[in-house]
Amino acid sequence: MLEQKDLLELENLSKENIELILDTAQKFKKLFTKSVKKFPALKGKTIVNLFYEPSTRTRNSFELAAKRLGADVINIVSNTSSIMKGESLIDTGKTLEAMKVDFIIIRHSISGAPNLLAKNISASVINAGDGFHEHPTQGLLDLFTIKDKIKDIKGKKIVIVGDIAHSRVAKSNIFALKKFGANITLVGPSTLVPESFKTLGVEIDYDLKNAIKNADVINILRIQLERQTKNLFPSISEYVKFYKVTEDLVSSLDSNVIIMHPGPMNREIEISSHLADTKKSVILEQVTNGIAIRMAVLYLLSLFKNISKVSL
Amino acid sequence: MEEKLILDEKKIKKILIRISNEIIETIENLEDLIIIGMQTRGVFIAKRIIEEIEKLENIKIPLGIIDISLYRDDIYEKLKDISLKETKLPFNINDKNLILVDDVIYTGRSIRAAIDCIMDFGRPKSIKLTTFIDRGNRELPIQPDITGFYFKTRPKEEIISVKLKEIDSFDSVFLKFIH
Repeated sequence: MLEQKDLLELENLSKENIELILDTAQKFKKLFTKSVKKFPALKGKTIVNLFYEPSTRTRNSFELAAKRLGADVINIVSNTSSIMKGESLIDTGKTLEAMKVDFIIIRHSISGAPNLLAKNISASVINAGDGFHEHPTQGLLDLFTIKDKIKDIKGKKIVIVGDIAHSRVAKSNIFALKKFGANITLVGPSTLVPESFKTLGVEIDYDLKNAIKNADVINILRIQLERQTKNLFPSISEYVKFYKVTEDLVSSLDSNVIIMHPGPMNREIEISSHLADTKKSVILEQVTNGIAIRMAVLYLLSLFKNISKVSL
Repeated sequence: MEEKLILDEKKIKKILIRISNEIIETIENLEDLIIIGMQTRGVFIAKRIIEEIEKLENIKIPLGIIDISLYRDDIYEKLKDISLKETKLPFNINDKNLILVDDVIYTGRSIRAAIDCIMDFGRPKSIKLTTFIDRGNRELPIQPDITGFYFKTRPKEEIISVKLKEIDSFDSVFLKFIH
């Protein structure tokens, strides 16, 4: 059982708990892709999507996951709420708690904001991405997708390409994959791939062609154009020249290599449009798996809450 | 925990043969029959009943499997064994006669959940309930159509523990006393 109130990060989530989430997600995926789409497991629970940053797929994925478990969902988007009037995060959290919500799913531009919220309220908090810290459900769904294709990922080579420095997705991926013994290589311009990541036990490379040699998985991150205010690479066209992953580059690799992207894609910037649509690409499977993972997380956290309530 | 043996392997076998015969007797058209086992031990009981009927009638009977975890109203009390298990109904259940099989019936709440689960998959012609052990103390108006063995337990003092070869390596039914 997932014996915790919140899901904030993968760094300190045990391998056993990750396996439990993946196993539960597998069951949900089988159910909602083959037969029944909706279950009453979270009937009567209220879930709030509290998003301080724009998001389409993560927010909708959480909303669908919650609705498929029978929960009620409300969405709070920062530019149309009291947050604009200057309400603090903790006050917003306490207000939602006074409305008796059971889960708060939060995305915030400041690393650690979900942890702060979780400490101050009794509702469950799920981190949907905080600053440059983590995006745990993305890490879990990427791991799920990889394990679905490659059963045992121990010793397998997983390359993460692009803007590592600003990527919470990369961090959650690294924490999750390391627990299952994968070898990880990070590649991108030196300004976007800090040396400090070596302390996480990963390889670093600045040459794309060299980095992807013998790769089993290539996970291509989005170039976050909205974060490029510090001119970390000279121009988009230069990034494209050195780091765009193309079908040509991938053709020399094992034919079973998997191409991943957390979305939304900038086609022809970090990934060639053609490659994104080939059989090697599992990008749309990642989207389906995201729902299964989020259903599993909501379900497991709510079980623990119900049980601990009774034992009090 | 103190325990007392209620049924041994031989008796369990006899009871399952009797249940199988009762099913053959009650169901008019065996061609339309689907037997559905409830996770976990209900599935093994269901498999044994199917084997028996197939032997007696020379017919193939499909097995469905359901896990009711997502439909429970009493998950709060079930501290152990809450992991989701497989649900497998890979055929059309519309207009079929279903026999739902569980190892023990107690409050009836699991059966309520099972009926809800089945209804999400379609609209069967009928559902009949077979339970191997009935330990009394119903909280809902649900009764099995076919019962293997009736043993009324004292709630909160006694529980029934069914052990099956497929998962426990031996066949037995025990009465356990909670202190």
